[in-house]
Amino acid sequence: MEYEAVIGLEVHAQLRTDSKIFCSCSTSFGADPNTHTCPVCLGMPGVLPVLNERVMELAMKASLALNCTINPMSVFARKNYFYPDLPKGYQISQYELPLAEHGWIEIETEEYGKRRVGITRVHVEEDAGKNIHGGPDDPHSYVDLNRTGVPLIEIVSEPDIRHPEEARLYMQKLRMILRYVGASNADMEKGELRCDANISIRPKGSTELGVKTEIKNMNSFRHVQRALEYEIERQIEAVEAGERIVQETRLWNVEKGITESMRSKEEAHDYRYFPDPDLVPYVVSDEMLERVRSELPELPDAKKERFIEQYGLSSYDASLLISSREMADFFEEAAAACSSPKAVSNWMLGDLAGHMNADGADIEDLRFSPKDLARLVTLVDEGKISGKQAKEVLTVMYREGKDPDTVVKEKGMEQISDEAALIEVIKKVIAENPTEVEKFKAGKKKVVGFFVGQVMRATQNKANPKVVNQLLVKLLEEA
Amino acid sequence: MDGFFTISEAKAMFEKGEISPAELASKVAEKIDKVEGKVKAFVNTYCDEMLDKAKGLKEPKTPLWGLPIAVKDNICIKGKETTCSSKILKGFIPPYDATVAERLSAAGYLLVGKTNLDEFAMGSSTENSGLFTTHNPWDLSRVPGGSSGGSAAAVAAGECVAAVGSDTGGSIRQPASFCGVVGLKPTYGRVSRFGLVAFASSLDQIGPITRTAYDAAYLLSVIGGHDPRDSTSAKVEPFSFENAVKEGVKGLVVGIPKEYFSEGLDPEVKEKVEGAISQLEDLGVRVEEISLPHSPYGVATYYLVATAEASSNLARYDGVKYGYRAEGVKDLMEMYLETRSKGFGDEVKRRIMLGTYALSSGYYDAYYLKAQKVRTLIKRDFDKAFETCDAIVTPTSPTPAFKIGEKMDDPLTMYLSDIYTISVNLAGIPAVSIPCGFSSDNLPIGLQIIGRPFDEETILRLAHNYQMVTDHHTKIPPCGGE
Ligand SMILES: [Zn+2]
Repeated sequence: MEYEAVIGLEVHAQLRTDSKIFCSCSTSFGADPNTHTCPVCLGMPGVLPVLNERVMELAMKASLALNCTINPMSVFARKNYFYPDLPKGYQISQYELPLAEHGWIEIETEEYGKRRVGITRVHVEEDAGKNIHGGPDDPHSYVDLNRTGVPLIEIVSEPDIRHPEEARLYMQKLRMILRYVGASNADMEKGELRCDANISIRPKGSTELGVKTEIKNMNSFRHVQRALEYEIERQIEAVEAGERIVQETRLWNVEKGITESMRSKEEAHDYRYFPDPDLVPYVVSDEMLERVRSELPELPDAKKERFIEQYGLSSYDASLLISSREMADFFEEAAAACSSPKAVSNWMLGDLAGHMNADGADIEDLRFSPKDLARLVTLVDEGKISGKQAKEVLTVMYREGKDPDTVVKEKGMEQISDEAALIEVIKKVIAENPTEVEKFKAGKKKVVGFFVGQVMRATQNKANPKVVNQLLVKLLEEA
Repeated sequence: MDGFFTISEAKAMFEKGEISPAELASKVAEKIDKVEGKVKAFVNTYCDEMLDKAKGLKEPKTPLWGLPIAVKDNICIKGKETTCSSKILKGFIPPYDATVAERLSAAGYLLVGKTNLDEFAMGSSTENSGLFTTHNPWDLSRVPGGSSGGSAAAVAAGECVAAVGSDTGGSIRQPASFCGVVGLKPTYGRVSRFGLVAFASSLDQIGPITRTAYDAAYLLSVIGGHDPRDSTSAKVEPFSFENAVKEGVKGLVVGIPKEYFSEGLDPEVKEKVEGAISQLEDLGVRVEEISLPHSPYGVATYYLVATAEASSNLARYDGVKYGYRAEGVKDLMEMYLETRSKGFGDEVKRRIMLGTYALSSGYYDAYYLKAQKVRTLIKRDFDKAFETCDAIVTPTSPTPAFKIGEKMDDPLTMYLSDIYTISVNLAGIPAVSIPCGFSSDNLPIGLQIIGRPFDEETILRLAHNYQMVTDHHTKIPPCGGE
């Protein structure tokens, strides 16, 4: 029997604020344990949360970019459970009335084409801390509350995803959008983007939903895809073997490459959600919504279409150039400063990408400006340097951050196109090779190549070969 | 009346140079020496520190300059143990001031001590204190009421000039009534809750306990006002002390809810309250019978809303970060269970269980959500009454102070002690309790005056005008006066 998977993703993204959601502690990563804490995020008796407005602005930006409708009123709720990394004994989240609902993002695969994945809701919540367990000789556990109260949004998708590859693409697209609008750095390695998946299988063509499992701990795009591929196989094998799928939470074991049962439905928490009486409902005015909307940058899909239209790029090249806002901006600035956007694109996606990939560098790390790249393109266009030389110049630009004119000068690369200068050299070469001149006169036109080689050697390859060719024929005929 | 001072008397005496802050502080300290062993109002006293500070006080005279004031031990004061009268918080020293504590400090008060309460403010007698029971200065065999029983007893016995308490379902007004002093529960949002250890966040409110309505108004003007650290703190016109105490009450309309004068009301309490109502009429107040039809559901609603919030608010006392932690446990679950089983008293555990149940999946709609709906109906009752009335007058509690131990085995009877005060918290409106007479056993009886949201001025004006023509509030209890 042929099966199809039904996948929904719950993604947590850390919002890019300097301070936490309900206190003024820093959100920066990597500090010594419990140094970014205060009575509020430590959950001390009697303290109260005060909402950081910046959090809601970023969450709204993200929601709008995900095509969601912002609810005029959203309500913070308490999610109650005991765990040492949760100092209040509850997490402040949103439940019945989330900030935003009913969005979608579009993904495209070669195999399955363009598809829309629905977004059920986006809600705002605080992060928990981190438990650290002592080593084999240390029976203690420790708690680091630096992360407690760091602002997150949870983005819950509809069960619209059918293939593990689509799940990966959804995550990547989501990351790109969040980064575009500046809502999140979405760095998976730093845990700024985390993903849980709900997954079930059913016979292809069926509209009923199977029993789902929840997969946690997939901390890279690759692992999202691999974990889901594994889980689909596991579920199919189980069903084929006549077993029943149990509703449970499973952990992706990176080392073993398998998912493992963590807890069953019966062990699930009753979170006893209720509206947090310490916070008032969050009301979004039309003015506020309009302001946030007006601050949204051009989003990736729109940018891609425009790049194809405006610069005549291929869909593939455009999609690479818009992969980050910085990359796209770099391209546009360079394209504006020269007359060949296509050439800029080729350089960026060719040699420059090669350098950057080799170093694991980002566009932000470049030591030269978009104008410098534009200048390089112009130098080639105007015949000042050859394409081969340009590659060399770009390497120096990339390594040393020098502008192309400086590199060309330092390397003595300018082509000699000046006719007067070249005529002198050519005359000298003709005078030195009377035998070859006779051959030319006898009709052996091929010897022109010999003369070109001589001129190039005499000019250390700086002569413009096109100009040399023209002049040589003329002067040989006159000789 | 030696050794009993109101805020206004003490201020007048400072002004005339009849007494210095150091002399006043020593008198208070002497009174504590004399009666505290019997009353047991305080969890901690800071007499030496108070005396030192009083001696060092400099001009100019700030609003509470040199006034010895007691603070309920569920309000955080930086560097001072804050126990909530619970074993689970014994030894907890907050590194921050509650906003109210900050405002008292800025106004130049002298901290006398932190007063006893029912554990986490859950109770009506201080018998639920995890530390000890406070005794009523009018009759040491009786309770002072609760949960702010320590604050009310301290004011009644002259162990401070005034005190602050907190009121979630009557916790300021009922003990004020039992101890023959004035207790004001301000409108929800009038006084910042920052630093008040939460019992039920949507109901809790800090307020003054004083000897006179005049003093209550004065103290409210110091501790009230918007606080950016409390999102539920209201941005409204500040309370005007002058408006509350300067004007008369002629022409005000006072509603008498018939539901508050039915079965369960002690005949002596009824008689004294009705007496007070006629005295208000003598002052030119017009009295009108009204109905608050949803009153009978007040107690049930309260014990769902308050316990639900409490079950969540008290989750943080888990032995992980501060306070008590059970020793010798084998794993995390056992640490939680042992810490909370041993650290909390019976009443707190009872309420945590009730609240947990009310919020559980499958029961949420039937209990918590239903209670929130009834709460809205109760609030609407008051809104409707205030269309025709400027204030509502009721008894504060159905009986005078009861005997220690009398109701401990029957939580439901104990809960009924707050039957007249609870709806006010559910509606979020202000109310004050003032003494309006004594029972045949010489126990104080309290009159409750309830007002419109943020109209503390009208109820305090009524209370103040009443006190100008009566002397119940000037009576001294046997313990403290002897
Ligand atoms: Zn903090």
